[in-house]
Order: sequence, then structure tokens, then C-alpha cells
Amino acid sequence: MPAENVPDLSGHFGPYGGRFVPEALVAAIDELTAAFHETQADPEFRAELDRLLRDYTGRPSPLTDAPKFGEHAGGARVLLKREDLNHTGSHKINNVLGQALLTQRIGKKRVIAETGAGQHGVATATAAALLGLECVVYMGEEDTRRQALNVARMRLLGAEVVPVTTGSRTLKDAINEAMRDWVTNVETTNYVFGTVAGPHPFPMMVRDYQRIIGDEARAQVLERCGRLPDVVVACVGGGSNAIGIFTAFVPDEGVRLVGFEAGGDGVDTGRHAASITGGAPGVLHGARSYLLQDENGQTIESHSISAGLDYPGVGPEHSYLHDIGRAEYRPITDAQAMEAFSLLSRTEGIIPAIESAHALAGALQLGRDLGPDAIILVNLSGRGDKDVETASTYFGLV
Amino acid sequence: MTAVSDALAKAKADNRAALIGYLPVGYPSVELSIAAMRALVEGGVDVVEVGVPYSDPVMDGPVIQRATEHAVRAGVGLRDALQAVHAVAEAGAAAVTMGYWNQVERFGVARFATELSAAGGAGAITPDLIPEEAGEWIAASDAAQLDRVFLVAPSSTDARIVSTAAATRGFLYATAVMGVTGARDRVGTAAETLVGRVRTLAPDLAVCVGLGVSNGEQAAEVAGFADGVIVGSALVRCLLDAPDEAGVAAVRTLAADLAAGVRRR
Ligand SMILES: Cc1ncc(COP(=O)(O)O)c(C=O)c1O
Repeated sequence: MPAENVPDLSGHFGPYGGRFVPEALVAAIDELTAAFHETQADPEFRAELDRLLRDYTGRPSPLTDAPKFGEHAGGARVLLKREDLNHTGSHKINNVLGQALLTQRIGKKRVIAETGAGQHGVATATAAALLGLECVVYMGEEDTRRQALNVARMRLLGAEVVPVTTGSRTLKDAINEAMRDWVTNVETTNYVFGTVAGPHPFPMMVRDYQRIIGDEARAQVLERCGRLPDVVVACVGGGSNAIGIFTAFVPDEGVRLVGFEAGGDGVDTGRHAASITGGAPGVLHGARSYLLQDENGQTIESHSISAGLDYPGVGPEHSYLHDIGRAEYRPITDAQAMEAFSLLSRTEGIIPAIESAHALAGALQLGRDLGPDAIILVNLSGRGDKDVETASTYFGLV
Repeated sequence: MTAVSDALAKAKADNRAALIGYLPVGYPSVELSIAAMRALVEGGVDVVEVGVPYSDPVMDGPVIQRATEHAVRAGVGLRDALQAVHAVAEAGAAAVTMGYWNQVERFGVARFATELSAAGGAGAITPDLIPEEAGEWIAASDAAQLDRVFLVAPSSTDARIVSTAAATRGFLYATAVMGVTGARDRVGTAAETLVGRVRTLAPDLAVCVGLGVSNGEQAAEVAGFADGVIVGSALVRCLLDAPDEAGVAAVRTLAADLAAGVRRR
């Protein structure tokens, strides 16, 4: 199957994806799938979403040349797709506005969400405030500590934040708890999922709401450079910002797509979140995909300095793109990411999210390989305001 | 005929509902959990659901989570569950596994079917596997002549009840309430409505009801309309309250109360 034509009708990307869910949820996800297809073909719905993306989020997001940063990347031309400039500070809002409008369309009044770094939670709380929906966000207790500022933001926006104290107390456990809420309250509640993982239709739906990143960037690069980039890079947690920027380029066979996973202390140490590089196919959170698991099939806890990448799974489409060789996936350690974080801040005056710093570190590596003629398009998925405390501890600034 | 169908047929011949009890292997230890499963059988349970502890039990409430989290940390997995299945079968009851799908996939689906069958197991309940995703399991369970228990819920459409029933062998598991596992004060009306729909749409299949039953009185109520009554969290609660021989004894007492309940309908 050509990479442009996935998933199939039942949500499979080759052997990946699908629906591994309790039967109790099937009716709701069938309804959601139907409503999604209907609204994608509905000009009124699309116009309302486009209006919000423009007037509320501030799209299209700019493309910024980063020449001083590029000097450290073998002199390559580095172009930043500025998702950090979106309202709420990351790419997450693109998807959330779509799913929140969809929630209204299916007549539900309550949304739930999981969040790791807090960016998806903040985006969901924002959309809920805008559209008058009740909002509950599940967040691992460990992450509520690492990202305390975002907890406060969500509460300011009127959302309820529930700290999750089971398991590793991070994103994977927040998803478990959100699923339990959903199965109990599915009649009134829609689950606004934050990445391209989870059961069908989420990987497809979130991709289609995020593909605007690559659609815009492809046209912007063509206009500015007169040709396509050599490489498109993004960080990969669940994989939504990466799929968002990759999708428009998938048919462009000459364009390399490279996703950078969180290598934590290094993949060989076992303390990392690099599901494709260091994991094996299995089923987690409703879909088959690469994941970190032990010989008994128990999920292994992931580790990353970046809360938004600290997840032992990855979206099924990435597993598929990896297996068919259309995209490459490589790990970036905490130290490499923090070096790139600091470098972009000092050379370009842009403080990136630590998640996005993984993509920047990847661009430095690729640029050094490819040299000054290369054009590297980087998805700058978010801004680093939320990470100032982590960074100041890391660099010993206070 | 598997041991499960035998047990359900025997209960029906006695004009009562069957009693199905769940306990996870590995809480408080593998040894004591197996002792507790034997106590279930002594107390009068017809079928034992051997729970396989999993790191991400999205369908379980706090009680089962607490017990299985402990077992996961101790490294308990499918291999231990197969040992428990063997013990239950030796104790004279039908045994089925109850576990999340990734563990079976990791073990190997065909290998799981072969080893489950060799351990004397009757089949498996697969709470996060719907028939559409179950091709490999359907083939493997056919080859090993194992029961395949799928679930239906109050939210299932008629069409899904029909197709799920067609893929099921042994009994259909009706989740009485929308939600995760956990004992509840009252058995709602949703269960009876759901069982009624299943009887119309799949008249030849046994329907057992789970999620929420905690005592003999509730068991009697559910036995009034279902072919089998499934009890989990209330049994696990006995072991959480007393993670030792006293807990095993409490499991035996509760099983006996429930067994009397399913005979009172
Ligand atoms: C700025 C930013 N980038 C990336 C991610 C990772 O998610 P995904 O891989 O779905 O883009 C997050 C998640 O919180 C984020 O906040």
C-alpha cells in the first residue's frame, strides 16, 4: 500500500494501528469516526475550523531562517517552522481545535484529555474555555511537578487537573486514567486525544488536523528557496508534530524524513523513551505499534528530560513509515537536546521547548553530514517558557 | 465441549446460574494466589478466571489495580498464570485466563493457545481484543479447541452483539455497567436489559454478567436473568484486607455465600 493511502478503513497502517479497546468504547469511537469523516467533507465545519486557526491561533505560522544556528549545523540552511508562535505555545492547539469543534458537533458537553508536558492539556483547557465545554485533564503526578506552570495555566482556564498517582505517574498512566474516565462517562464525554497514538480513528484524525503544519511549510519553503528541502526533521513523542510536518512531504520521494526520539541517558543505558530505536512491536493504549516492553509484555517506564517525549509508545503510522523505510528514526540524548536548546536560545533569540530541542539537535547532526548546500526544515513544535525551571536547574542558572 | 461449556450446562441442568470467580495470579504471592483459587473452587465456584497482571490495566478499577500492580512489580506474568490454570484444573474447576492482549502477543499467540491447552485451561477472556482484531487468536483457539470469550456492553449495537456472539465460544461476557471493574452497591437495570437483548439476538449462547457483584444477595439477583454470575473485585478485596491465610479463608467464605446466591434464584 502506498504510504499516502494509509490507514485502511479499519485504521490499520500495515500491521500497525487498529483498535484494541474494550467493547464498551466501540460505539463511541465508531460515532467519532463517522463524525470526523462527515465534518472533513463539510465546508461549513472546515470554514469554522480555518477561521479559528487563523484568527485565534494565528496561522499560518511563520517560517524563520536560522543562519547563525545553521553555522553550527555544517553551514546548512536551517528553516524553522514556528509552531512555537501559535496561541498556547505549541502545535497541540491545531489538533485540539478540530477535536473540540467535533465534540460540539456530536453534542457532547464534557471533554477529557491526558497531558505530559502540559501543552496538550493547556490547549484542551483553552479550547474548552472558548467553546464552553467542561474540561478534565489527567496528568501524571511526576509531570505536575515538572511542569507546575502548566498546571496553573490549566486551572486558570477553568479546567480541572487530576494528578495521576498510579504506575510511573507520567503520561502513560495519565492515558490509562483518562481511558477509565471515558469508558465510565462515554455517554456525555469526548476524549480529546493529544497525539497520533491510541485506537483508530485517533492516529488518522490527529494527523489530519496536524497536517496543516507540513502543508504550509512545503509551500513556504518552495516560495522562499525555489525548491523542496533535503530533509524534514521533528521530535517524536507520540508523534503528532512529526506526522504533522511529514505528511505533505511523504509523496516527495527525494525528501528525507527524520524523526528524533528521546534518547534520555542513552539508548544503551535502558533509560530512554526511544520506542522505535529501542522497542519492539506490541499493543499499548489501543493500537499496535513499537513500544518499550519487557519479555512478559509489560510496558517499561520511559525516561526523558522532556515530559512531552517521556512516553514508551509511538503512533502506529511512524512504525509503518519506519518499516517501509520512508522515514528514519534516531535517538537524541538529554545532553544533546539541552545543548541544542541553549544554542538556539543564544544564536537566534528563540527559546525552544525541550521537546523541540531534540529536533534541533538532530538538525545539527544532519547538517554536519550534509554540508552547506543542504536545506533542513525543522518543526519547532513549541516554545520553552514551560521549561525555564528545568533548564535553569540543568544549567545551574539560579 | 470444553470444561466451561460443561460447567455451564451442568448449572443449567441444576436450574441455577453458574458462578465464575476472578483472582489475579501473584497477589499476595504466586503461591497464596493459587491457594486462594483453590479456595474459590472449594467454596463452590464453577469457573475460575485467572487474571494475568499487566502494567497498564485500563479496564480495572482501584481494587484490582492495587493487587495487580503489586504482582507486576514482583515480575509475575503469563507463565505464572499458566501454572495457576493447571492448579485450578487439578482442583476440579474450569479455568480461563483473563488478561490484556499485549501479553499474549508477546508470548506468541499460537504458543499461548498450545500451552494454555496443555495446562488444562478451557480458554481465554480477552477484554481489550474485539473480534475484528482477533484473526490470529480465532485461528489459534480453533486449532487448540479453546473457548474464546468476547465482551458485550450496554453501548453495543445490535449488529455488534450479533457479530461478537458469532465469534464467541463458551459464553458471552456481558459487562453490566459502563465503567471499570469494582464492587458496586446495586446491580443496575442495564445488565438485565443487555442480557435480554443478547437472548433475542444470540439465543444459543450462554451469557454471563460481570462488573459489580459483591455478595450472595446480588448474585441471586443476577442469577435471576443470566446464565452465569462473574465476581472479581469483591474477592480481590478479601486478599487486600488480609494478604495471608486469613484472606484465603475469607475468599472461601465469600465464594460459598455467592455459590448459595446463584442457587437461590
Ligand atoms: C512542544 C511539544 N513538542 C512535542 C511534543 C510531543 O508530542 P508529539 O510527538 O505528539 O508531537 C509535545 C508534547 O507535549 C510538546 O509539548
